[in-house]
Amino acid sequence: MMADKTIAMSLYSTMLRIRMVEEKIVELYPEQEMRCPVHLCIGQEAIAAGVCAHLSEKDYLMSNHRSHGHYLAKGGSLKAMFAEIYGKAAGCSKGKGGSMHLVDLDVGIMGTTPIVAGSIPVAVGVAFGSALKGEDRITVAFFGDAATEEGVFCESLNFAALKKLPVLFVCENNYFSVYSPLSVRQPAERDNLALVKAYGIAGERGDGNNVLEVYRATGKAVQYLRNGKGPYYLEFDTYRWREHCGPNYDNDLGYRTEEEFLRWRHRCPADNFERYLVQEGYATPEKIIEIKKKISREIDEAVTFAKQCPFPDAGDAFIDVYA
Amino acid sequence: MDRQITYAQAVLEATEQCLAADESVYIMGLGVPDPKGIFGTTLGLVNKFGNKRVLDMPVSENGMTGIAIGSALVGMRPIMTHQRVDFMLISLDQIINNAAKWHYMFGGSMKVPLVIRLLIGRGWGQGPQHSQSLQALFAHIPGLKVVMPATAYDAKGMLISAVEDNNPVIYIEHRWLHNIFGHVPEEMYRVPLGKARIMFEGEDVTMVSSSCMTLDAIRAAEILRKDGISAEVIDLRSIKPLDQETIVNSVKKTGRIVAVDGGWRSFGVSGEVLAVVAEQAYRFLKEAPKRVAFPDVPTPTSWALANHYYPRAVNIVNAIKSMFGLPGQSEEQMGISYDVPLDVPDKTFTGPF
Ligand SMILES: Cc1ncc(C[n+]2csc(CCOP(=O)(O)OP(=O)(O)O)c2C)c(N)n1
Repeated sequence: MMADKTIAMSLYSTMLRIRMVEEKIVELYPEQEMRCPVHLCIGQEAIAAGVCAHLSEKDYLMSNHRSHGHYLAKGGSLKAMFAEIYGKAAGCSKGKGGSMHLVDLDVGIMGTTPIVAGSIPVAVGVAFGSALKGEDRITVAFFGDAATEEGVFCESLNFAALKKLPVLFVCENNYFSVYSPLSVRQPAERDNLALVKAYGIAGERGDGNNVLEVYRATGKAVQYLRNGKGPYYLEFDTYRWREHCGPNYDNDLGYRTEEEFLRWRHRCPADNFERYLVQEGYATPEKIIEIKKKISREIDEAVTFAKQCPFPDAGDAFIDVYA
Repeated sequence: MDRQITYAQAVLEATEQCLAADESVYIMGLGVPDPKGIFGTTLGLVNKFGNKRVLDMPVSENGMTGIAIGSALVGMRPIMTHQRVDFMLISLDQIINNAAKWHYMFGGSMKVPLVIRLLIGRGWGQGPQHSQSLQALFAHIPGLKVVMPATAYDAKGMLISAVEDNNPVIYIEHRWLHNIFGHVPEEMYRVPLGKARIMFEGEDVTMVSSSCMTLDAIRAAEILRKDGISAEVIDLRSIKPLDQETIVNSVKKTGRIVAVDGGWRSFGVSGEVLAVVAEQAYRFLKEAPKRVAFPDVPTPTSWALANHYYPRAVNIVNAIKSMFGLPGQSEEQMGISYDVPLDVPDKTFTGPF
């Protein structure tokens, strides 16, 4: 598929930025100053980039524990994210939440939470409330394959379909829940598209490592939502490169093979798209380097900011319990 | 012989012996057969007992709890694991409405021998949704038993008792206890549910604590001894049934009580302990009782905040000193120092957990 140049370059920058931010976390985590769990989405960036490219700042987004990519692609503040991971007062949740609890209301990010599937019904509720208010906004719920095993997933589908709510369900299927493969959790016959269809929800499954495919499928879905036709379900296959939680690789544990990882590594969404852009003449190698440098500067600034800004006062633990 | 193994190994050993002793025992939970084996507490079990009795499960806590209950009704004795208390909250309906009441609401005709192992997280930014301590919530429910062993010895003996018990038992393990060594006999022994243990004998004041907080209570007792205050430490081991007799007898002797709990202060275990004392040993009290528990706010993530959130030995010592009209002291003055940051239990912890 040929892509519009501006869009292609923007998709690329978004993916690259997510990748570089997380590589920075990988680099700095051993300093032991980011003292909270981090669930990196390296290898999965195309989904966040391709989906969020269709959203405006007014649209809502909710996500799970592996949410750095979603947050950044939606326009969440990088500085506030790093500050949050460093436990600082300037963090997006004022240090109360850490990496698993990102929020940026200015761009419609209503919160990311690590209880599996916990934010899916809340996303449906955001869409419900927004619809009641007569707003013209859509809501995206990101979640992993494991979340589709929770009862609340089906309950959410049902209500969203019942009220024809403008919710885009996006399942990032990376085949694992921590170290547990799909095979010990779901019957081989399970087909999520058939499942959502039973609720009357339209859907599509695609290659989550191909940003253009994600972009195209989401475009269709978002159009459907904006036309008031009700919820839509997208499932993208992808792969988490690093350990479930933390900065390292963990293929040595034996829950998956190095060969499997390398096959997916070969399908790197960012590298492959970069090659495509150069081949198609959308970007010169020099341009690519320039983009990388720019992002790198931005990241360095954000990290410096996060490291320098103060921790919350001890007493801050006791505020914001009640509104 | 003094055989020393860790708390985590003790849990594993108990599970293994229960699986070997009784064909109806099985264990399931997210990651039970995976390479990390629930922080080492289920490692190797699948090889020994096969994947029918040692199994992973869908991420469907509520449904799977109901399924465990159903299997118990027909004679199985399931052990369920949850790597954090917080993850199992989804299954409260099955636990409170079904497991806790099935025996009662069907006139005692059926029973639910189910053990639910819950791990409490703490430190390294676990935060609001990964470190809750909800023993009080479970203990509030008639029909549930709740235990919180503090030592490797009790971890093993109480898990075996829990598996052999004919009721649903909530077995709560603090993640920070897993690496602590203790004396554990090899044979299959039982520690009765509902019996507290006096960890440290004393004459002047009674501390009642459980799980991880018992370590702080013991530390506090050692510090107080230097100041000439003789403190008794009662490790509850079981939250429910609560060993009222041991608590009351101790207070009759000391006349003072501090209830220490690793849970929120309001409406919690510490309040229940003091209520028992107020009801049964009121006349023996020389001072108003005190509580040392978590402040009534969620756990913050930032270590700058979490480090001030958890009460420690210093807080217990100062609470007790004030009972004797003595001024409070800082940790430095008490000679307490830490060789690791406050948000990790020991040097082996260097990253997310
Ligand atoms: C209700 C609940 N159960 C279990 C967990 C523990 N846990 C944290 S992340 C995770 C894996 C979730 O897998 P998936 O949703 O597919 O997302 P992925 O991590 O693969 O991106 C699990 C089981 C949890 N956080 N919440």
